[in-house]
Amino acid sequence: MTTMTTTMTMDPVTINMVMALTVGVLYAVGFTLLLSRSLMRVLIGVVVLGHGTNLLLQLAGGPPARPPIVGTAPPESFADPLPQALALTAIVITFALTTLLLALGYRAFVLVGHDEVQDDVEDRRIARQKVPSAPLEAGDGDEQDVESADDEVEAAAARGRDAAS
Amino acid sequence: MTTILTLPVLLPMLGAAVTVLGSRWATLQRVVGVVVLSVVAVLAGVLLVVADERGPIVTELGGWPAPMGIALVADRLSALLLLVSTLVTLAVLVYAIDQRIADYGRGTASTTFHPMYLMLCAGVSLAYLTGDLFTLFVAFELMLTASYVLITRRTNASRIRAGMTYVTVSLLSSLLFLTAIALIYAATGTVNLADLAGRIGTLPSGLRSVLGLMLLVVFGIKAAIVPLHFWLPDSYPNAPGPVAALFAGLLTKVSFYALLRTQTLLFTRDEPWTLLLVLAVATMLVGALGGLVQNDLNRLLSFLLVSHIGFMLFGLAVFDAAGVAGAALYAAHHITVLATLFLVSGLITRRTGTVALDRMGGLARSAPWLAVLFAVPALTLAGMPPTAGFVAKLALLEAGAAAGVDTRIVAGVVILASLLTLYALVRVWVRVFWGKRRAPLPDEDDADEVVIGTARSSVPMYAATGGLVAVSLAIAVFAGPLTALTARAGADLVDPVSYRTAVLGARASR
Repeated sequence: MTTMTTTMTMDPVTINMVMALTVGVLYAVGFTLLLSRSLMRVLIGVVVLGHGTNLLLQLAGGPPARPPIVGTAPPESFADPLPQALALTAIVITFALTTLLLALGYRAFVLVGHDEVQDDVEDRRIARQKVPSAPLEAGDGDEQDVESADDEVEAAAARGRDAAS
Repeated sequence: MTTILTLPVLLPMLGAAVTVLGSRWATLQRVVGVVVLSVVAVLAGVLLVVADERGPIVTELGGWPAPMGIALVADRLSALLLLVSTLVTLAVLVYAIDQRIADYGRGTASTTFHPMYLMLCAGVSLAYLTGDLFTLFVAFELMLTASYVLITRRTNASRIRAGMTYVTVSLLSSLLFLTAIALIYAATGTVNLADLAGRIGTLPSGLRSVLGLMLLVVFGIKAAIVPLHFWLPDSYPNAPGPVAALFAGLLTKVSFYALLRTQTLLFTRDEPWTLLLVLAVATMLVGALGGLVQNDLNRLLSFLLVSHIGFMLFGLAVFDAAGVAGAALYAAHHITVLATLFLVSGLITRRTGTVALDRMGGLARSAPWLAVLFAVPALTLAGMPPTAGFVAKLALLEAGAAAGVDTRIVAGVVILASLLTLYALVRVWVRVFWGKRRAPLPDEDDADEVVIGTARSSVPMYAATGGLVAVSLAIAVFAGPLTALTARAGADLVDPVSYRTAVLGARASR
């Protein structure tokens, strides 16, 4: 096995052009879908991208050859088994994550009513602020803020009491 | 010795299996979790001592010799980070268990939390110990898949929004990682790190740069390096307190470890890396300035987390033994201090019922212990002497000052970012701990997992947080031996002969 891998790296690996183009198209489609807001499209994007990556792993193993089972063929004619093992692991992982994303999308649909990825709410709020809050210098104004916020709390508590009685 | 190397990965996995099977017995789950992580912490300590005395420890899984089989390697850096990470996961687990007991009583078991927590720990251990690029990918997936579940369990609308961003971005970086592995395999015919270190040097320089940059982007997304950081302050603050502490302490640092390992082992260079210096400056400043304008305590801490990733990046960018050693020491300190701050933030939220800084106040009088628990890690993060943060920053500054003019300028930015961090944390202190006492706000959403505004916190929760503060103080107390240890680790990283010889034996010379 050692000799096989060594010789493979010494020769430049020739790559099938059709396969290379297929990988390129799969990546392009996958990334385009990833850029959309709907989680369903993102999910399909991840699946397509995963296929592209697995195909690339296969391509990395060199041209097609005989199955690497000892005794069935001379070792020189074996295909490199390692990328196949890697791709198999990667397929299992992407499969698990696809189900997770699917569940997440469904959960979002149940909770929010749609499956679109939303903006960062707090980030938008801070971006809208006209004057950045300057806490340490603004002594007096701060005090008043605290007072008014206190009133709000008390008012909320009072409302709570009213509702209870 | 070689069996010990597999246990930090196997024990949490077995523990996860036991906690799934025993999901009806809450006590069993808790005992298994704490015992497993305690044992792993002891083993990590043993590994650190042995790796420091005798050089890297290697296990070839299944008896397949490297580079054909998968090798596990523990050298000084990985053993040190494994030890610190396990101490943090243990403390956070104790905190999480006692928070659940305080909220729901002793009898309630959780079907997902304990198994996922232990799987995440197994992934973290594997990421530190693996000597194989593809196994590193598997370790990341193990860790991240567990984290997807932890961040989206018991979902409400805001958490599902954060979870979507987090999962999508992490998936993208994982697929890019897989692409990079495929390209590296196509170019070199191996995924063993020690073997790659010898072979990647023979590639054309353009191809080397492309592969190196791809790995930089992959780990840059996972480690939240500006401009790839945007997902972090959006997702972490929405996780429940202990989960946020776990993520903030570990995930980004494991990614940084992977970046450090791959760049020093595979893409060695002799002088500071200008691109990384620029990224470090951007990360430090964007994080610190972003932290200044936040009103949400957890978001503020998340931005400071991003900012301090830049400090470690600076150590790596210097790219000599001293710089890398500083980065390693900084990572160890950063893991503990960020986890502590998020745990304290959880305690504060439970007391005040809100994460909004402008709606808190007067906690120094109503909860003086909480004030102490916040003040120590806050000063540590800002790098005030004589804390661990000061020790780690000093190591970075010394490395930067010795390496050249442009690193000296960046060292100045390090000091500026430290001051901005201090300012942001003083702002938290003034708003949360000083001022008028405020009545806690009522819990807005009773249905979700987080119970807030009740001030119900049990003693073990404080003890776990205090334990982490003690770990970070211990880093300051044992600064001398630790600095010497990380200096040796840095020398190992810059000149990886001992690593390659340990993994490949006589084949390393090839």
